[in-house]
Amino acid sequence: MARKWVLFIALAVWTCIYPSGHAFAFSPQVIQRGAVGDDVIELQARLQYLGFYNGKIDGVFGWRTYWALRNFQYEYGLPVDGLAGSETKRKLVNASKYYEQFVKEQIRQGNDFTHYGGIPLSQQVKKRGSSAGSVRAAKTTASNVPKGFSQNDIRLMANAVYGEARGEPYIGQVAVAAVILNRLEHPSFPDTVAGVIFQPGAFTAVADGQIWLTPNETAKKAVLDAINGWDPTGGAIYYFNPATATSAWIWSRPQIKRIGNHIFCK
Amino acid sequence: MVRNLLIAALVVAVVGTGYWGYREHQEKNAILIHAENNYQRAFHDLAYQIDLLHDKLGATLAMNSHASLSPALAEVWKIASEAHSDVGQLPLSLLPFNKTQEFLSKIGEFSYRTAVRDLEKEPLTKEEYKTLEALYKSAGAIRQELRNVQHLVLENNLRWMDVELALATNDEKGDNIIIDGLKAVEKNVDTFSSSSEFGPSFIGLANEEKGFVRAKGRPISKAEAKRIAREFLGLKGTENIKVTDSGNGADERFYSLTIHDPKTKGDIYMDVTKNGGYPIWALNSRPIGKPKISLHEAANRGMAFLRRHQFTGFELYDSTQYDNVAVLTFVKSEDGIRIYPEAIQMKVALDNGHVVGFTARDYLSSSIPRPLPKPTLTVEAAKKKLNPHLKVMEERQAVIMNDLQKPVLCYEFLGTLGDETYQLFINAATGLEEKVEKLESVEPNYR
Repeated sequence: MARKWVLFIALAVWTCIYPSGHAFAFSPQVIQRGAVGDDVIELQARLQYLGFYNGKIDGVFGWRTYWALRNFQYEYGLPVDGLAGSETKRKLVNASKYYEQFVKEQIRQGNDFTHYGGIPLSQQVKKRGSSAGSVRAAKTTASNVPKGFSQNDIRLMANAVYGEARGEPYIGQVAVAAVILNRLEHPSFPDTVAGVIFQPGAFTAVADGQIWLTPNETAKKAVLDAINGWDPTGGAIYYFNPATATSAWIWSRPQIKRIGNHIFCK
Repeated sequence: MVRNLLIAALVVAVVGTGYWGYREHQEKNAILIHAENNYQRAFHDLAYQIDLLHDKLGATLAMNSHASLSPALAEVWKIASEAHSDVGQLPLSLLPFNKTQEFLSKIGEFSYRTAVRDLEKEPLTKEEYKTLEALYKSAGAIRQELRNVQHLVLENNLRWMDVELALATNDEKGDNIIIDGLKAVEKNVDTFSSSSEFGPSFIGLANEEKGFVRAKGRPISKAEAKRIAREFLGLKGTENIKVTDSGNGADERFYSLTIHDPKTKGDIYMDVTKNGGYPIWALNSRPIGKPKISLHEAANRGMAFLRRHQFTGFELYDSTQYDNVAVLTFVKSEDGIRIYPEAIQMKVALDNGHVVGFTARDYLSSSIPRPLPKPTLTVEAAKKKLNPHLKVMEERQAVIMNDLQKPVLCYEFLGTLGDETYQLFINAATGLEEKVEKLESVEPNYR
């Protein structure tokens, strides 16, 4: 009799921890659009398993994932808010499977793959022939980028910022990036990132080749901050180092403020 | 014997060095010529484009039929844009040549706007014809000057590399024909654009500096700025704060604060308006650790921060995770109407959920008149204006700035077409499709 009870309690505990027999892999966070990471990979894989999501499983919660999630919520009678909260995640876990090892392995090898239910996994992989052997970490395979800028644009700007202002405080680096962006908008300057950076004589770092030094993370962060809307210069389109500036004309520009070794002006 | 060998070796060395030096010289020359040719191409191309611009502007003046006017204006737009790009390739950044470039960009803007307009329904106004005439006249003057410089360049074999050198070394005494010629061009444009000949339709295109219309109140002192920063950033009071005044080039006076806490790495920077003491922006440069909270949680904390500092009626518009920071955009929302120009951006660190960045520049400088207008179109009528292939997923009302930098009340639709997501704005009064944007924020990593 006692034995039966023990068994019963064990079973009860078991069902409490594993409510439906699935391992609960999602972390407790609420996942929303713009998020990146393992939870997003699982979310995309599970939505794809059910046929809601046809995009790439890349670990970045973009618009396609968003609509897929909303469709899922609609079909499963959940409040349609595009947020993967606990209730949504529970229903999703109950309805779908997630072959984590398979997914992570494909990402590591850089293969094109899908994760649909009802099709053998082996048929859902397209091996990448040429770059075989280059194994990467099992993490996201895409990145969020600010509207209108690619990762390469950001890198190019980081090169310019690093070449121009690597000795400056962080805010001075954001400021240099902001000047590049202000020039993009200004009618007196070219309209593209490359046009502004490579305008002959515009930046000393371009003229003497320092732009081709490898930028560090700080420079990249500074560029990202500037693109996302931080302009410490108050709309400046020029700056100069008062210790080395030779042009009399640049001194005649109305000055806005000084950051580090640079004076920023209109 | 030894002597002969030595002499032979020496001769070989001398000849070798000479040959090497000759090759170096040749290579250097080749590169110089290459660079020079690039400049020459840009310059002669510019002269040609301005010529063409002048001709085309002249042709538009004589045109009467709308069917020929629109394409002609579109061509003016294209030529102006190419000339603009040519100027960007010349070593003129140390030479005040911005008026010319600004002029080109304004011609482009003017011709674009008139070209895309339905001239059948809305023909060119008298003012616009006046503007067109003025543009034609000044393009003619620029063309004359540029052709002159071009002639001198060709006649005297002038090199742009010398211009670059003269500008870089700030050589004042050596009178450079190119520099003088371009200065004359610039002066010409200046007299034209400062005169009122262009008419009101042209002045309206200029980048208007609005300043912080929302920052009202009496001027504050430096000590007050410090107090505001302490309160806004939740400082302990032990930090070292440095305050500096803005220079006289600033549109609007402000204080810049640098907050240094010896205990933490990385300083906090902040600007506060002088009038009323409104925080313009703040940025914390501390290193951020591994993410511990979710983007969603970060968004909630950002919203709580706004509420705590009396920014009420905002809603989250966009949230993006970059490694270990969340970048959030909040917009003002009144009765379900999103007012996009009144936006505040924030950065929240995902390691401890603290706000590490704030910027209200857009919000402070936006002046959308209240009360907001009521839509005259129904949402159904607006929907009929959409591309029928589009699948509408979300709809709401919103205020945006249109092409002419005027605030307009619109119906906003989020829809999908194929795999892409689009954001569309239909004017709630006229039914005009004010803005259509493809929303894309994810880019695959390259390897």
